[in-house]
Amino acid sequence: MIGVSTPHVLLGLLAQGSRHGYELKRAHDQRLPRARPLAFGQVYATLGRLQRDGLVAPAGQDRDGGPDRTTYALTGAGRDALDLWLAEVEPPLPYVTSTLFAKVLVALLVADAERAREYLVAQRRAHTDRLRELTAVKTDPSATLDDVVAADFAIAHLDADLRWLHTTLERVADWHREVHS
Amino acid sequence: MTELQARGVVKAYGPTPALRGITLDVAEGEIVAVTGPSGCGKSTLLYCLAGILRPDAGQVTWRGERIDTWSEAARSRLRRTEFGVLFQFGQLVPELTAAENVALPLLLAGTGRRAGRTAALAWLDRLGVADLADTRPGEMSGGQQQRCALARALVTEPRVLFADEPTGALDTLAGEQVLGHLVRLSREQRTTVVLVTHEPRVAGYADREVMLRDGVVDGTGLGIEVPSSGGPGRSTGGLGLLVGDAGAGSVQDGLR
Repeated sequence: MIGVSTPHVLLGLLAQGSRHGYELKRAHDQRLPRARPLAFGQVYATLGRLQRDGLVAPAGQDRDGGPDRTTYALTGAGRDALDLWLAEVEPPLPYVTSTLFAKVLVALLVADAERAREYLVAQRRAHTDRLRELTAVKTDPSATLDDVVAADFAIAHLDADLRWLHTTLERVADWHREVHS
Repeated sequence: MTELQARGVVKAYGPTPALRGITLDVAEGEIVAVTGPSGCGKSTLLYCLAGILRPDAGQVTWRGERIDTWSEAARSRLRRTEFGVLFQFGQLVPELTAAENVALPLLLAGTGRRAGRTAALAWLDRLGVADLADTRPGEMSGGQQQRCALARALVTEPRVLFADEPTGALDTLAGEQVLGHLVRLSREQRTTVVLVTHEPRVAGYADREVMLRDGVVDGTGLGIEVPSSGGPGRSTGGLGLLVGDAGAGSVQDGLR
């Protein structure tokens, strides 16, 4: 997922209570099941920055038989930063930055008919396969609410891509009919 | 085992061709989505497979038996006993309660009133609408009505369920709930499903997608013809190359 703000996600997870780095990583991967799993190094580096900025503070050591693990808690400033982020409206994404969009346009511009067609057929198949896979994930009786919500998000975007692919092809064919009739 | 088979099915409404030679196999227990743009013939295909319409030419076979040549009465009996049909909306009898609606196919087949009600209640329960058993359709939401209609389509435990845009009149969440039930129950019963839809996300519930275009099966899955022959389309600029001559369309041509 592009543009996920890891510092804010960690602040959000700490809002539920203090945790150490490993717990944060696990909670992240569980709550955002289709996002790229967080690397441990990234968790600790982010916690370090958040501590430097006064948004989190060490809240004790958790020994638990193993090596010392520092638990972190949200500070007042951290809570304010989280509230501010949640209240801030995200600009609706201009999807014209998508590679799919660029590729289809370039295919229409420069590729020969057969190649453009092959590309579109293959792209449609890949999208449809992924859509079916995600539908299976979310209709699985053991799916959690997090799984379903994450699959919904991905499905809605694939569905939009597919509709756009079809509309584009219809437009091209229509326009071709007009020009050649 | 092949559940349904269409061979060269042709159907026209007056001078307008709807199906122009459809050949299709559906395996037992398979969930097939028939997709394509409006007017591509997908509903007509469903009606021909379900024995509601008779093709002008070609054959429709169910479990090895040719059914398109059967009389209206025989096909109607087949639809009552072996097939279930679910439409977009407006299938429930408004004067009857949910339980009476669901029991209707059983009563028509000669089941007693009490046994019919028991079966209807069990199906309403499986669809999560047991509490609506004594409610009339007018007092239900669209999603609730569609769940009752699905219960009615499945109450006879049909071999094949035909669904024509079953979520077309519902909002996304209500539609997904209906589809979730439809797929789960069909798998449990090993019911074969032919699902007509124009929505990619609905087709995502199926095992396989068959796309129609202008009354024929579109092997490319694009749902639209991208002509691969014709003039190079000089006057059409860059876009012309997609629809222009396959052999001539190179990058250089595109920049010419």
